[in-house]
Order: sequence, then structure tokens, then C-alpha cells
Amino acid sequence: MYAQMVKSTGEGVKSREDMSPEEAAFQDRIDQDIKIEPKDWMPAGYRKTLIRQMGQHAHSEIVGQLPEGNWITRAPTLERKAILLAKVQDEAGHGLYLYAAAETLGVSRDELTEDLLSGRMKYSSIFNYPTLNWADMGAVGWLVDGAAIMNQVPLQRTSYGPYSRAMIRICKEESFHQRQGYDIMMKMANGTDAQKKMAQDALNRMWYPSLMMFGPSDADSVHSAQSMAWKIKMDSNDELRQKFVDQTVPQAEYLGLTVPDENLKWNEEKGGYDFSEPDWNEFFDVIKGNGPCNTDRLAARNKAWDDGAWVRDGLLAHAEKRAALKTAAE
Amino acid sequence: MSTLYDFALRMGDNTLILGHRVSEWCGHAPVLEEDIALANTALDLIGQTQLWLGLAAEEEGTGKTADDIAFLRDAWDFRNALLCELPNGDFGRTLMRQYLFDQWHLLMLQELQKSSEKRVSDIADKAIKEVSYHVERSRDTVVGLGDGTAESHKRMQDALDYLYPYVGELFTPDAVDDAATKEGIAPDLASLREAYDAAVAATMAEATLALPESRFGHKGGRNGKMHTEHLGHILTQMQWLQRAYPGATW
Repeated sequence: MYAQMVKSTGEGVKSREDMSPEEAAFQDRIDQDIKIEPKDWMPAGYRKTLIRQMGQHAHSEIVGQLPEGNWITRAPTLERKAILLAKVQDEAGHGLYLYAAAETLGVSRDELTEDLLSGRMKYSSIFNYPTLNWADMGAVGWLVDGAAIMNQVPLQRTSYGPYSRAMIRICKEESFHQRQGYDIMMKMANGTDAQKKMAQDALNRMWYPSLMMFGPSDADSVHSAQSMAWKIKMDSNDELRQKFVDQTVPQAEYLGLTVPDENLKWNEEKGGYDFSEPDWNEFFDVIKGNGPCNTDRLAARNKAWDDGAWVRDGLLAHAEKRAALKTAAE
Repeated sequence: MSTLYDFALRMGDNTLILGHRVSEWCGHAPVLEEDIALANTALDLIGQTQLWLGLAAEEEGTGKTADDIAFLRDAWDFRNALLCELPNGDFGRTLMRQYLFDQWHLLMLQELQKSSEKRVSDIADKAIKEVSYHVERSRDTVVGLGDGTAESHKRMQDALDYLYPYVGELFTPDAVDDAATKEGIAPDLASLREAYDAAVAATMAEATLALPESRFGHKGGRNGKMHTEHLGHILTQMQWLQRAYPGATW
């Protein structure tokens, strides 16, 4: 998943005594793992939080096309170019499923798009980092999709039916993405000196931004408790981050690459790695719009939308003419 | 080099260069469905390139791969029609270029399914499924935008006026084509024109667009004698990694 710091009600989790009968029945269903469907009653906060989360995820897929699209025309072989095209196409498809799933909550794709373009809604901080060498295509698949999968796999069990079903489809494709990313890293890490340098450079730049994908540490995550009670967030940020590090470090070792963290150390007692936290000031800067690519990414999406207005208007006008002809003929 | 090599190169360079152009749209389309469709079209074209240039490499028989052919030739060795290398322009021009190419591509592949060379007919059998969809989509889009708003109509007419002079090259045979026809590898290009004109005329009529009267056609891509200035810039991007890091495995 590509959602970070999704705001919930901001009021903390209601106790059973404070819940209305409807709210209590709703919570019971969730606790029994019964899926909530679009026509079911749901608390306004649940609906709102889900729209934010699914919208942020969808926007991330859309903006996420850009850093990879940056290398499609420079892909070094026909096969790599085909794989990258297929991957970016999948991402647009994920955006589409997620917008469609969000629409079941009563918000249109156009409304969500406007919120992305105006900057009112966010997308994952990771996509505000640049892709600077070919190994970044490997690192994005390996680390970024790898981090996304950590979140997405549990979300297949999320309480909202349409979201859960979208996530099941998405997960199938994401694991393919991660594998192709690692495959690029293998080629690079076992390649020429220049390729090894690209691979290490990519890891150096992508490591901490990937850790940031899970969001701030649990102590600073004010909205998590409610989302977890509603099962729209399944694990805490720190749990997932730890899992990601534990999974990824041996993979980096296998590649012969060095994780850029002097404090990285296996901790026998906890059965996981100790590692440095990312620079959270940098994270908050990126979230506020001051990442290396925020301005360019939003400008690119706005340009695509503005330049495409005549196309959307033209096709709509044509469809209306066709419909009018059909009505007249009947 | 054999006729089959030359022929495969022309087919493969068309799909390679057009696929590259279409892929430039990735993430910048007017609407999400179009992002998906453009990426899908580019993907199909690159897949077909692997087949055609793979065949060319096999025919060359010197151990080269399709990648060597794609990434290690200079502009004068490219054999794509000029239409394929023209810049995308706006979305309307991209889709008009696609339609003008797709309509030719479909007719060509239909004939290539009957090729005396099995490796050619096999590729045609596979590609035609994709290209039938490409032409359906590009045609619908040309019609929709041509017969849409005043602005979309004007943009599509501009696109057609700009691109039409590059259509003739697709139907102008030279010695290579004549040899391919004689060997039963490929149809006589000129023989495809009538069906093409009929299909394009019907599409443009529905799109309320006027076909330019002049049948003048720019040439020089398919024989490599004179590409546009645009091709060199495509190659600087496309071939950069292979050129900068020779001998690396990616």
C-alpha cells in the first residue's frame, strides 16, 4: 500500500459504552471478520477515512507511473522495455481498480483527481524521489514494491469488501513487480563495475525513503488506533518496517550490496535487525511538498490533465451526439 | 543480406520506433484509460519488434540478437517508415498517426499470414490479433475526436494534414519490396492501397475530416536514404545505456 499518515476521526477509538447501537453492531461485524459492503451502514468516519486511504493509494499508483516512465524510453533491452511498460500499465490499472473501489463510497474519480491535482490529497512520499540510473528501476521494484507488498498482503483481509477484493488483484501483480525488480538488481550487482556502482547508488538513495513508506513511528501515529480497530490498517508502522528490514537485509547481502546504515546489526534477542530510523524531518518536508520531485510530479500530472481537457471534452461531445442520434432514430 | 533480412528489418523498425514514440506517453495521457491503452499498444509493438528483429538476427546468422540490431545501429541503418518516427505532438496527432499506421499494418499482416515464409506468417498470425484491436481503438478515437467539439475537430484535421504526406511511403515499393513479393514473402505494397484508401476514407467521413487532396508522399525512411531529424534524437535516448556501457548484460 502507498498510504501514509491517513487521517482518521482524530478522536481516538470509541469505547463500547460510547457507541450507538448501530456503531456497536458495525464493530461486531468487523470483529467477526464479516466484510462491509457499499450498501451497508457505516460510520461517517469509517467512510471518510477509507476514502482518504484508498484515494491516497490510487494517487500513488498514478504518480508512481512517472519515476518509472522516466526510464521506459531508455530501457537497455527490448525485454526490459517490455517488462517496464507492462509494469507501468499495471500501475495505471491498479489506480483504476482503486478509484472504482473508492467510488462505491460515494466519491467520484474526477473529484479525487481534482484533490490530487490541487495538492489537497497526498500520494506516497516515495514518488517524490528521482530515478537517476537504470538500477533505480531494479530498486523501485525490489524496495518500493517490496515495501508496498508488506502493507498490501495483510490488507487483502481488510474490512471493506471492495477494497479487499481490489487488493487481492493488486497483490498478484505486485509480487511479479518485486521479482522483476530484484532480477534487475541481480544483473546489475553481478555485472560490470559500472553496473555495480549503479546498483549501490540506487540502494543508497532508495533505502531510507523506502523505510519512510511505512509512515512515522508508532508513537507519532495518532490516527492508527481507530484505523486498526476498523481493520483498514492491519499492522502498525513499526511492525511492518521491522518486517521489511528483516526481509530485505539478507537480500542486499546476497546481492553483495551494502545497506547504507552503520547501525544495522542483527539482534539475536528480538530475532530481528536493529537499524537507524530514517530522517523524519526529511519525511515531513517531503509530505509538506518539499521533496526533490514534488513540484515536478504535480506539474506533470496537472499538465497531463490540462492538456487532455480537449480530448475528454471531444470524446464526451461525440458520445452525446451518438446518443442523440440513437434517441432520434428510436 | 537476404531479402528476408531486409523485410524483417523494415517490419521490426516500424514497430520499434513507433513503439518507442507511443511509450513516451507513459503517465501523461488525458485520462487513465488512455494511459493503459497507450502503454498496452507500446507493449504490443515492442513485443512484435522482438519477433521481427529476432527473425532478422536469425537470418543474418552472425550471432547477433534482436537487441544488438535495435540498440547498436546508427540512423542510416534504420528502415522504418518516416511516419513512425514523427514526434507525438498532441494526443490527437499521436492517435491519428496510430490510425494511419494501424490501418496499413492490419492490411499488411492479413497478407503476410499467407506468406510463403512460415516464420513470417507465424509472426503475422500472432501480431494480427493485437493489431486488430489497435486499429479498432485508434479508429474509434479518430472518429470521436474528429466528430467531437470544434476544437477537437480542428486539432484532428491539423493532425491529418500534417501526417498524410507520410502515408504514401507505406505503399511505394522499391527493389527490396519487389524481391520480397517475387519470393512470396510479402504482398505487393501498391496492391494494398485501394483497400487502405477505402477504409481511411470511410473513417475520415465518419470523423467529419477532409482527406488532403495531394497524394504527395515523403520518402527515405524505408530505404534509410533520408530519415527525418527526429530519428537521431530517439536513438540518443533509446540506445544510450547500450552505447555508454558496451558489453554489459542488463
